[in-house]
Amino acid sequence: MNDPKATPIYARPLDIRHGKVDMTHGSGGRAMAQLIHELFAAAFDNPFLAQGDDGAVLPTVPGRLVMATDAHVVSPLFFPGGDIGCLSVHGTINDVAVMGANPLYLSASFIIEEGFPLVDLQRIVQSMAQAAREAGVSIVTGDTKVVERGSADGVFITTTGVGVLVNGVNLSGKNARPGDGVLLSGDIGAHGMAIMSQRENLSFDAPIVSDTASLQGLVADMLTTSTEIHCLRDATRGGIATTLNEIAMQSGVGIMLEESAIPVQPVVAAACEFLGFDPLYVANEGKLIAIVAAEQAEAVLAAMRNHPFGKNAAKIGTVQKDAHHFVQMNTRFGGRRIVDWLTGEQLPRIC
Amino acid sequence: MKYVDEFRDGELARRLSVAIHAAVHPERQYRFMEFCGGHTHAISRYGIAELLPPNIRMIHGPGCPVCVLPIGRIDQAIQLALNHGVILCTYGDCMRVPASNRLSLLKAKAQKADVRMVYSASDAVKIAQDNPDREVVFLAIGFETTTPPTALAIQQAQRLGLSNFSVLCNHVLTPPAIQHILQTPVGASPIELDGFIGPAHVSTIIGSQPYEVFAREYHKPVVIAGFEPLDVMQAILMLVRQVNEGRSDTENEFTRAVTREGNRKAQALVAEVFELRQTFEWRGLGEMPLSALRLSSRYQAFDAEQKFGLAYVPVPDNKACECGAILQGIKRPQECKIFGTVCTPENPMGSCMVSSEGACAAHYIYGRFRE
Repeated sequence: MNDPKATPIYARPLDIRHGKVDMTHGSGGRAMAQLIHELFAAAFDNPFLAQGDDGAVLPTVPGRLVMATDAHVVSPLFFPGGDIGCLSVHGTINDVAVMGANPLYLSASFIIEEGFPLVDLQRIVQSMAQAAREAGVSIVTGDTKVVERGSADGVFITTTGVGVLVNGVNLSGKNARPGDGVLLSGDIGAHGMAIMSQRENLSFDAPIVSDTASLQGLVADMLTTSTEIHCLRDATRGGIATTLNEIAMQSGVGIMLEESAIPVQPVVAAACEFLGFDPLYVANEGKLIAIVAAEQAEAVLAAMRNHPFGKNAAKIGTVQKDAHHFVQMNTRFGGRRIVDWLTGEQLPRIC
Repeated sequence: MKYVDEFRDGELARRLSVAIHAAVHPERQYRFMEFCGGHTHAISRYGIAELLPPNIRMIHGPGCPVCVLPIGRIDQAIQLALNHGVILCTYGDCMRVPASNRLSLLKAKAQKADVRMVYSASDAVKIAQDNPDREVVFLAIGFETTTPPTALAIQQAQRLGLSNFSVLCNHVLTPPAIQHILQTPVGASPIELDGFIGPAHVSTIIGSQPYEVFAREYHKPVVIAGFEPLDVMQAILMLVRQVNEGRSDTENEFTRAVTREGNRKAQALVAEVFELRQTFEWRGLGEMPLSALRLSSRYQAFDAEQKFGLAYVPVPDNKACECGAILQGIKRPQECKIFGTVCTPENPMGSCMVSSEGACAAHYIYGRFRE
């Protein structure tokens, strides 16, 4: 964070309640130093960030490292169940976690639009700090850029995560084998429809709440239960349909789903129906797909259901031999169809 | 989900499937056309083909608004957005329709054209209100279902005194298209149809009466059906029974929404705002007389074609594309040489591959495991 070594003396503290980000906050001068000091460093507070150098020096860890990065450009920035801040932490932590790693550190890079209210920025930064704290992860380095009005939409946040791989774990989308069970950690489509119902001013008796959450606890419980988990993947943009097609292609297999086994909240199903979306393609921010050897699928499912973020977990299908690598589904109606790759864009900026 | 799940019930579907299997005469073929893309989508998405006996063949008709929109019309919209600096508003389905010069509205948008996706025509009026110094054009497409909302939007703009709002009208009519399919002699092998599944939402507006002529004069059974999968199954059973009994009646499966007369208020509104075009080009089907609408003289001020002096230039489809034959039920999507190879949902050459209501896209996305 280019954190100043000695705390400089500013004429007066940031006026967070009424102030707005202006071009000086990205120019490298005193205004930027003050923003970093009073807003970012205050929220993210940890000894690595406090080193105050261009990069954070981190201790050695036992084991192989996993690194993942994710840019977040959601609109609206605040939505039921979360905001771009916690989303940017959960998203990257989950990418590290589903590799079977224990996430340790994050970097955070902000692109802020001129005129962005400081009070909103503070809310976002505090939400990031809380999400990181809850996940036991430190935000150890960062960057801030300010762009002219119209060159960005409020704030864009890119985070990069580093984690250490649990010994002996080797998860990959290439590992699915015919016969493996396909497990899903809970109901689908809540994040995407939470955002869309805000954008389209759809109101329901109870609002659709994003499922944004960090999954490293759930993953740890699953890995403790079984050594026969072949692949984990968080089903974000493009929904579970996209995730399953990626796995089928990488592993050179087919997948057969049972529509009746896939949990969807009624309010999410209703919103999808209304806007013409298929929940299979709608983003999640706290759900994972697990490909598990058949004989251990039940045990892993039980472990998932014991965790708060997996209590609605279900076995939704089976990996099968298929030269075409199709994902197919037995419909609740009694027919069968392909669940294909998404074509074009089903939803605008949601994560 | 209440009022929806009831029409997608697997147990009822199984019972209907058993009834259809029992009803068909094994020695004969049943060829039914579902006119609407909504039915095509339901058949594909719910896997209805799996529940039908092999001697029932469903032929996907031309009732997909995006699919029948000719290249020249999309070119006009792109021209407005790129060269006239208008805010062009349209339904999401239109964004990816391939036009001339490898363009589409989506690609024009990437070239800085101001193209906006709206959920309704009145959203476009709102955009015109919010941008008084810009011209706003609504690219109106669709059959009789989407026409009344366009008419309402035009009247709303008139009431608000908006001089910066106009409509590029491409509304088309269902009955002339059905007639075209029944009349066109197609070389040596005219398509033989044993009946039609009639439109759902279109019929809520125009009623069931306009189809009676097809039953009466062409001896083709028509069953109007809703877009839910059980509606489609029930309609197929009703068609099979008509064929077996040698009847050709217009029957209404969708009684919860469709009457014989239709929605008189909507019909009056459409008659007030629009008038028949002498002829209109349909993609794949060619020029068809009295098959589309334009703004009536009273509402000329809102007619984008007049306002911007747009001339219509027809553009031929890709030579290898079989959309024309597919839209008329003469060929199946998989019989087109470029299906699934050159022409895919990501890179559609023909319009049937664009919308998931199109015959080719529906088969590619949902059904190609059968090959």
